[in-house]
Amino acid sequence: MHRQTLTQLAADLRARRVSSVELVRTFLARIEASQSALNAFVTVTAEQALAQAEAADRALGAGRGGPLEGVPFGHKDLFCTAGVRTTCGSRMLENFISPYDATVVSRLRAAGAVMLGKLNMDEFAMGSSNETSYFGPVRNPWNRALVPGGSSGGSAAAVAARLLPAATATDTGGSIRQPAAFCGVTGIKPTYGRVSRYGMIAFASSLDQGGVIAASAEDAARVLREMAGFDPRDSTSVDAPVPDYLAGLEQPLSGLKIGLLKEFFDTGLDPAYERCVREAIGVFERLGASVREISLPNIPLSVPVYYVVAPAECSSNLARYDGVRFGHRCAEARDLEDLYKRSRSEGFGAEVQRRIMTGTYVLSAGYYDAYYLKAQRVRRLITADFARAFGEVDLLMGPTTPTPAFELGAKVADPITMYLNDIYTISANLAGLPAMSVPCGFAAGLPAGLQIIGPHFAEERLLNAAHRYQRETDWHLRIPEAYA
Amino acid sequence: MSAWETVIGLEIHAQLATRSKIFSGAATAYGAAPNSQACLVDLGYPGVLPVLNAEAVRMAVRFGLAIDARITRQSVFARKNYFYPDLPKGYQISQYELPIVATGAIEIVLEDGTVKRIGVTRAHLEEDAGKSLHEGLGALTGIDLNRAGTPLIEIVSEPELRSAKEAVAYMKKVHTLVRYLEICDGNMQEGSFRCDANVSVRPVGTEKFGTRAEIKNINSFRYVEKAIQYEVARQIELIESGGKVIQETRLWDPDKGETRSMRSKEEANDYRYFPDPDLLPVEIDEAYIEAVRATLPELPDAKAARFVAEYGLSGYDALVLTASRDLADYYEAVVRAVPAQPKLAANWVMGELSAALNKDGQQIDSGRLSAERLAGLLVRIADETISGKIAKEVFEAMWTSGESADALIEAKGLKQITDTGAIEQAIEAVMAKNPAQLAEFRAGKDKLFGFFVGQVMKATQGKANPAQLNDLLKKKLPG
Repeated sequence: MHRQTLTQLAADLRARRVSSVELVRTFLARIEASQSALNAFVTVTAEQALAQAEAADRALGAGRGGPLEGVPFGHKDLFCTAGVRTTCGSRMLENFISPYDATVVSRLRAAGAVMLGKLNMDEFAMGSSNETSYFGPVRNPWNRALVPGGSSGGSAAAVAARLLPAATATDTGGSIRQPAAFCGVTGIKPTYGRVSRYGMIAFASSLDQGGVIAASAEDAARVLREMAGFDPRDSTSVDAPVPDYLAGLEQPLSGLKIGLLKEFFDTGLDPAYERCVREAIGVFERLGASVREISLPNIPLSVPVYYVVAPAECSSNLARYDGVRFGHRCAEARDLEDLYKRSRSEGFGAEVQRRIMTGTYVLSAGYYDAYYLKAQRVRRLITADFARAFGEVDLLMGPTTPTPAFELGAKVADPITMYLNDIYTISANLAGLPAMSVPCGFAAGLPAGLQIIGPHFAEERLLNAAHRYQRETDWHLRIPEAYA
Repeated sequence: MSAWETVIGLEIHAQLATRSKIFSGAATAYGAAPNSQACLVDLGYPGVLPVLNAEAVRMAVRFGLAIDARITRQSVFARKNYFYPDLPKGYQISQYELPIVATGAIEIVLEDGTVKRIGVTRAHLEEDAGKSLHEGLGALTGIDLNRAGTPLIEIVSEPELRSAKEAVAYMKKVHTLVRYLEICDGNMQEGSFRCDANVSVRPVGTEKFGTRAEIKNINSFRYVEKAIQYEVARQIELIESGGKVIQETRLWDPDKGETRSMRSKEEANDYRYFPDPDLLPVEIDEAYIEAVRATLPELPDAKAARFVAEYGLSGYDALVLTASRDLADYYEAVVRAVPAQPKLAANWVMGELSAALNKDGQQIDSGRLSAERLAGLLVRIADETISGKIAKEVFEAMWTSGESADALIEAKGLKQITDTGAIEQAIEAVMAKNPAQLAEFRAGKDKLFGFFVGQVMKATQGKANPAQLNDLLKKKLPG
């Protein structure tokens, strides 16, 4: 049952070939069996899930229910869930129980999805390996010695090991696409503003975007259709109609113009990984797409720009964790300053503290112009590069990451090397563009990801291309042996 | 003549009279139980986001148009970052580089009657912080976040005010304006209208500004005047005794009547302003501005000019009567009932009525004495049914009883005696009763004329028409 895609499961549920309770029990058992090995979950909500599954079965029995009615599902642990703790992978919020649901959470519940638990992640979504989580690292289901990627490592690992058919994730600099690539699953980061950020605990507000990790593009389309859309509680969400992402999936790709991102194939890309990506491009050519190389000259500046903008916003966004109203509070504070300093020093891990300090520095008087303002200017140049490219091609493609998953601990000591892991993914966040990672083969036995980037609000085109590709290949259907 | 010139700039914070907060749906009403009017957005909960209240924008634009300012077509909210327990998010959402209202100007009338134009550098929208509570909590500090997220407009003047009195006149003018515009209730006790004063001194005739001190959070006109006067004297004394003014933030202590240092420039926060990524720039187009302009009321300057032209009032009277819209409306309602007597109406509204309201701590719109009832009294003065002196007595009775002037005049028999024969009779009786004084008067002691006026008034219980009485006494006393 767990090998089925979300699309198949939803159909089986609707046809009453399987009950939601059965499904939820099956997946809960898999979660339990895998937890010590993978550590994909921070919180498992078995009881609530079963109760919700029973309600879903009643609804389905009565011919009612939403498009995802009864489908087991999971949320990255930074989406606020009323009554269930939301930790953000941090000691700071170890015991934080949100009094409200994120918009994404309430929309998916309204669609009928049954939440089985909250997924592990890098602390406050800051990390590329899931090693910064206060709740311990997540392991890669393909090889437990390897990281699953981050920050949505729990979501990617859980889908890869089929502990869930799909899960929410978020992407600030690659946090959906990079773990999706490392774990051999499909992930989509929508256009900035497409999915509400209300109730999604902020890391860097101008870059954060919620999305989906699933087994296939079709599954991702099915979930995204329910998540996306304007939310009056998020001023940066866009008030534009959401197309039916499923309707356009089968569109033929003949005539599609694909640009290969020249800068993404430069030195540093693993040769075996590159072969996977180029083979995938060949599939698109066979499907009728034309391919040409495109250069985006400012793209190499993405990483430095990102590591100014994201920490700047994070330093401000995380100021609210002061030990006064919620979250970790140090014991026996001597005075206010002591309360602030110790609560924050104890509550935040090293990587979060590093970014808060970097962000505070770049916003400080005397440095603002040289760092923050300049970074914003370069950000506009990068956005303009993309706009020019999309004047010539329909989609841009390249590798999602420079290498497949690396070993736990390999990069922890060297933040710069760790940051460079996001070298191909960050630019889409800076420009607010929709982007996907699609499994495209194995490099030395480990999953490789094809990245597809589109113009603003072209999710439909991305999903269409990914789906047509997945009809021709079966990389996305491969499951790690231990979880088959 | 002082060798020092005072330079003052004011930053006025006016709380906008919206029903809900600037970035959340929580109510803004004053005086509720602590933390009962703070929603998750105001509490800065993880994951919440601000949504701009359109009404706050409309109010800011009203203000901008009223001071003839440029309205910024694309203004930007910025975060002002600092840690404080009553600042839930660790930053205040304000506007920094691109405020909604750019340069404008406000005219004030100086004591000598001349008009001075004070430049307004900018006015921007921002959210208020919460309040720290210390009373009754022992060594603990309580936090009340009801006020957190309340919309403010901060109005920043150019450093063009040259005395404490000018500063007060300017602050009063802004106070008048925001109430005319119905964008702020102006309640200073509740903190809805307060200011920070930047004060410095420089030798008369020099251009360069002296080092300034900023006096924070002054919430009455009187305190603004006193605090500035104190601060100016302090700075002059300091410089003249060889010291140097340091740039710092000071607090006004009304109990001690002094300002004292709160923190120096070195201890000042680096606020690390940057554009708030959670909010889009506020886009304002011409059509919107014109739609708001169409709803502006007659503003105080225009109204005062009209009062001078239409009612023949002095500039001073017009200024006093237009200080608030309610007062001006009241005055005009009185004039509508006694159209021939605009000056009499002005005198009574500014005199007896204002005094009575002040004494009882009431506002003009309290309904205690309607314009129509006051007009009823003025009609009887104008048609000489009663004298001005009796009118004051009637006014007192009207103030406490709620009766009409006519009813009171009738009931108390206060109708003026205008019958010449009756007045002559009274005069003759008084003359007969006071032969000694009469003889002295006729011997040249003119001062005794007043004595006879008094005696006749006493005999007629003040009802004799004063002008007639005067004329008749002049004829009769000399014999």
